[in-house]
Amino acid sequence: MELRKNYFADVRKDDLHEIGQPRPRSDSPGHVTGKTAFFADRSFPGMLHLKMVRSPHHHARIRSIDTSQAEKHPGVVKVLTAKDVPHNVYTILILIQIGPEDETVLADGKVRWKGEAVVAVLAETERAAQEAAAKVKVDYEVLPAVFDMEEALKPGAPLVNEYHGQNYYLYDSGECRKVRFGDVEAGFAGADHILEQSYQSSPIEHAPTETTGCVVAPEGNDRFTCYTNTQAMFFTLDNTSIILQMPGSKLHFVGGTVGGGFGGKVDVIVEPIAILGAKLTGRPVCFVYSREEEMQISSPRAAEKVVIKDGVMKDGRIVARKVTGYTDAGAYSRHSPYGAQKGAGHYPGPYTIPNVWIDTYCVYTNRTPSSAMRGFGVTIGDFALEVQMDKLARLIGMDPLEFRFVNAYRDGDMKAHRQPTEGAALIECMQEASRAANWPVAEKYMAMSSYRKGA
Amino acid sequence: MAKVPVQFTLNGSEKAEFVESGTTLLNALRDKIGDTSPKGGCHQGTCGACSVIIDGELRLSCLTLAETCNGAAITTTSGLAEGGVLHPLQRAFLDTFATQCGFCTPGMIMAAKVLLDHTPNPSRDEVVEALSGNICRCTGYEPIIQAVLTAARANSQNAA
Repeated sequence: MELRKNYFADVRKDDLHEIGQPRPRSDSPGHVTGKTAFFADRSFPGMLHLKMVRSPHHHARIRSIDTSQAEKHPGVVKVLTAKDVPHNVYTILILIQIGPEDETVLADGKVRWKGEAVVAVLAETERAAQEAAAKVKVDYEVLPAVFDMEEALKPGAPLVNEYHGQNYYLYDSGECRKVRFGDVEAGFAGADHILEQSYQSSPIEHAPTETTGCVVAPEGNDRFTCYTNTQAMFFTLDNTSIILQMPGSKLHFVGGTVGGGFGGKVDVIVEPIAILGAKLTGRPVCFVYSREEEMQISSPRAAEKVVIKDGVMKDGRIVARKVTGYTDAGAYSRHSPYGAQKGAGHYPGPYTIPNVWIDTYCVYTNRTPSSAMRGFGVTIGDFALEVQMDKLARLIGMDPLEFRFVNAYRDGDMKAHRQPTEGAALIECMQEASRAANWPVAEKYMAMSSYRKGA
Repeated sequence: MAKVPVQFTLNGSEKAEFVESGTTLLNALRDKIGDTSPKGGCHQGTCGACSVIIDGELRLSCLTLAETCNGAAITTTSGLAEGGVLHPLQRAFLDTFATQCGFCTPGMIMAAKVLLDHTPNPSRDEVVEALSGNICRCTGYEPIIQAVLTAARANSQNAA
């Protein structure tokens, strides 16, 4: 490994002891010997298996649920419906005051996406649970569904989620997150060129090799130990405490060993119902997604649409940027209101633009609820922004890398969301990229600095 | 349900169990015998996390019925280290940072072991081909390929 110490040499002490040194990973010896304990490597005598009955419809009213045949199936110990869940309507980010509670642990009266959990079956074997789940009879009245964000925002669109009352998340700023900086229309009026483009992405599944799941063991003292592969231990503990109306002191979560997550294991989905099953049966419970469930049921990265309008000068300066972003939350919020909000802060990119207008919408549709995935809210935005940057450079006949030097943010620049830039390193990264990729730029750009005035 | 007896050697030790007919070797190893080093990632033969060695051949334990393994010699990653000394492949996976989340690692090591047992000095292409049935969703393939090549070099140096 090579460290380029010439960058920031005058503002940094050269006292690095760890960076640049190979250090063994503490978890690797367990991985290479097969000793690392993933949640599914725990089993307990008498452990029950939980299987979910899921909605075959994108949007439907539930007229009735008949679990009688499933309950009679050999090996079945307990069948759970919405009425068994103490606090059935929840939302993960209520812990940081992002409400309203809008999602059911088990569907109550209505399903809003294809695959939504309706009835939980607990049985002696996985096979018995699967067979009994197939015997649960749910009578549905199918409702019109909406799958496109712009259709969902039109008047008269089917209402996806009654807990919101409209098909978008209502922020304290209104129907969208807003950034207003300078005078964007004046910026466009003075620009040499205007370029408006739309960018769109589909949902993306994380597809971890280890599927989502947990194993719960009752401790005999009204306390439950939950072995889980959650990426969000305390979100899960606190939300489980709310859903089951149990003090956190009754819940012991063991985790941190995740067989691939990538953001897909931050939702609180399997643990509360598995712990409830253990509580009501007094037996250990295992609830693990099949590969099919992992691909079809677990939250993907949200589909996004980004519309960018830029005003640019012939000398390369971007003088105005207007962005409208749409994040497809699917049927429930999960982490998407936060993702859409991150987009609002991010759309100017690492560039200094004097006039900015941003609106980002978190939209509800009858699709699989989306949630976190590696930089959610900004990754698709970065794709859109950097393609847009290349198009702008081509429009004014400038080298695309030099175009980015002209607009790069530097220490002291005010960002559109009114945080002054500190610790910028974009220019130095681009200088190194220019060398590494053998993509030369004019000497004046190689002499620039993120932090030295005048350079 | 009717139980059937199964008897085989696991990492050199005799094992005997009664399992339900139709039980996969993966479930028998994990749930009955307690060797959790083979992992269940898909239970349909596509991810390779459950790979084990049966009579010298690489096999997917999620698609192998336990009752077909009577009399077989089975090797899993948990049995590779001898007396606390890591197998050269395990050592190489450590030294080249070839593990991330670790879930695919036992299966990767099994696939690599069968390759090196048959082809002690593989080319890079042969390593890639041998690991092609094992998915690493952290996508750390390059260090894994380097680990296998490093272990092969260590083996040939020991032999020389």
